[in-house]
Amino acid sequence: MNAPVLLSPAESEALLLSLRVSAVAVICAFPFAFAAALLVARRAFPGRGLFDGILHLPLALPPVVVGYLLLVVFGTREPLGAWLEAHLGIRFAFSWTGAALASGLITFPFQYRAIRLSLEAQEPGLLQAAETLGAGSMDRFLSITVPLALPGIIAGLITAFAASLGEFGAIITFVSNIPGETRTLPLAIYSALQQPGGEAEAARLSAVSIGLALAGVAIAGFADRRLSAALRA
Amino acid sequence: MTIEVSLRHRFDEFLLDASFRAGEGVTALFGPSGSGKTTIVNALAGLLRPDHGRIVVDGETLLDTNAGIFVSARHRRTGYVFQDGRLFPHLTVRQNLLFGARRAGERPSLSRLDEVVALLGLQSLEARKPRNLSGGEKSRVALARALLAGPRLLLLDEPLAALDAKRKSEIIPYLERLRDSVRLPMIYVTHSAEEMSRLAENLIVLHNGKIAASGSLFDLSSDPALGSLVPTHGAVFPATVQEHRTDGLTALAFDGGVILVPQLGRPLMSKLRVRLAADDIILAREAPITISANNVLSVQVAAGHTETEAHADVRLRCGGVNLVARITRASFHRLCLTEGEGIYAIVKSVAVDPQTGPLMNGTE
Repeated sequence: MNAPVLLSPAESEALLLSLRVSAVAVICAFPFAFAAALLVARRAFPGRGLFDGILHLPLALPPVVVGYLLLVVFGTREPLGAWLEAHLGIRFAFSWTGAALASGLITFPFQYRAIRLSLEAQEPGLLQAAETLGAGSMDRFLSITVPLALPGIIAGLITAFAASLGEFGAIITFVSNIPGETRTLPLAIYSALQQPGGEAEAARLSAVSIGLALAGVAIAGFADRRLSAALRA
Repeated sequence: MTIEVSLRHRFDEFLLDASFRAGEGVTALFGPSGSGKTTIVNALAGLLRPDHGRIVVDGETLLDTNAGIFVSARHRRTGYVFQDGRLFPHLTVRQNLLFGARRAGERPSLSRLDEVVALLGLQSLEARKPRNLSGGEKSRVALARALLAGPRLLLLDEPLAALDAKRKSEIIPYLERLRDSVRLPMIYVTHSAEEMSRLAENLIVLHNGKIAASGSLFDLSSDPALGSLVPTHGAVFPATVQEHRTDGLTALAFDGGVILVPQLGRPLMSKLRVRLAADDIILAREAPITISANNVLSVQVAAGHTETEAHADVRLRCGGVNLVARITRASFHRLCLTEGEGIYAIVKSVAVDPQTGPLMNGTE
């Protein structure tokens, strides 16, 4: 990584933390997003519309509310939070893993939606064709469903990653603003602006954020074009 | 190899109730849209579980609702060629072809692959993706893919319905070649009278979920009773190339005499299928002396004509072959045709399709 040369140690720490938090957030949310997308796209069940709405909620709720709800559930003095720490040694509160949890939850709808749309666009007859050709259900899933969903999966991962880099409200509410632990790029920009003479630092970090966002959008667009062209029927 | 099918299945208002047997060769399931053709084929493939039924292929019971037997589609070894092809868009033609072969239990044999690729003319297409194929090429790949999965039974659900007339006429010769070289029971769903009469050996006519007629195409094609179900029907019968004459005509021998057609690029003794459309036959009481038509057949009026508002379909016997002529009802009464009398059938045009053996240049 060359960028830290231009940044102070604290600034590059924030950048690397942001990348780590977002990567973990997006990767951990992915299996849930895929499973939920499969369920909604492929199964008819009562309350499917409502379920779909609930999965979109993190997009509609103020992030501060999401952070607050996480605090209520996973706080160290709350039953679940205390149990997780006592029995599994997992602590989300005031830790970077909590920042990843908050980011993953907030950006879950981006992944879910992109994957669901790509599953819904698949011609269901292809699975029947694969079945008559001797493919079992796991075989059909791996050889037909997943490859055809790839454009949606990649678009979802990249969009969620880019959105996750910008998460502020849920992180600061849930895991506070601890340098080196939970102070991601947006939190570092906010902190710089709170200090006299921090404008230059805020400007540098903002430039980094803008660069990351542009790269994310460009990669998502490129991947989508390439994959969609490769998979077009 | 034989298949025995007996099905009863209800959707909303529609009741399918059909039983039949089929052997090697093409059995056409013929009927209008909504007559139950695709339901039968889906039940054979195991993609639909009927309310009641029994399906036995080659001695193995695939379905018996009374005994609680249902073999899943995956294990039935039925090659299914879907109306819309259903090629896998992310795989190349070659990968599509090997999809079923790889899962058929044995290692895919390359000689078998080459054989099927050659049979369907896919040599230059193997590296392409389905999106770069024409409609006709897609149909051929879908056929080859089904064949390579090692099926015991081939199901073709209107495989040409998505193609225009020109593409259709390009594919039919491949299907004829397939029928004559692969000895498999083939169930061919169609509502095209032309596909039926060119490809089928046996015919099952469906109407509102019931079997309206079934039997050999050669027997059924000339049955006027079928005229109401088969809009453009006519007689189909086998013939062999007898002589290439110096006057530019080819003589075809059939079980009722000789029929002349414009020079045909086929070797002597090769077997053909001749189609005489009911609309292309004119009837005369006296032998016409000077007439441009090359074929004037001496025939007998057979029992069982049918009349509609405007037309009469007259059944004729020519040696061992049945013909059918569609004339106006007025002509029918003017001619006072009675059963058993000898008259003349003037044939305006003859269509010739290959019956067995490899394809020569062109179809006609």
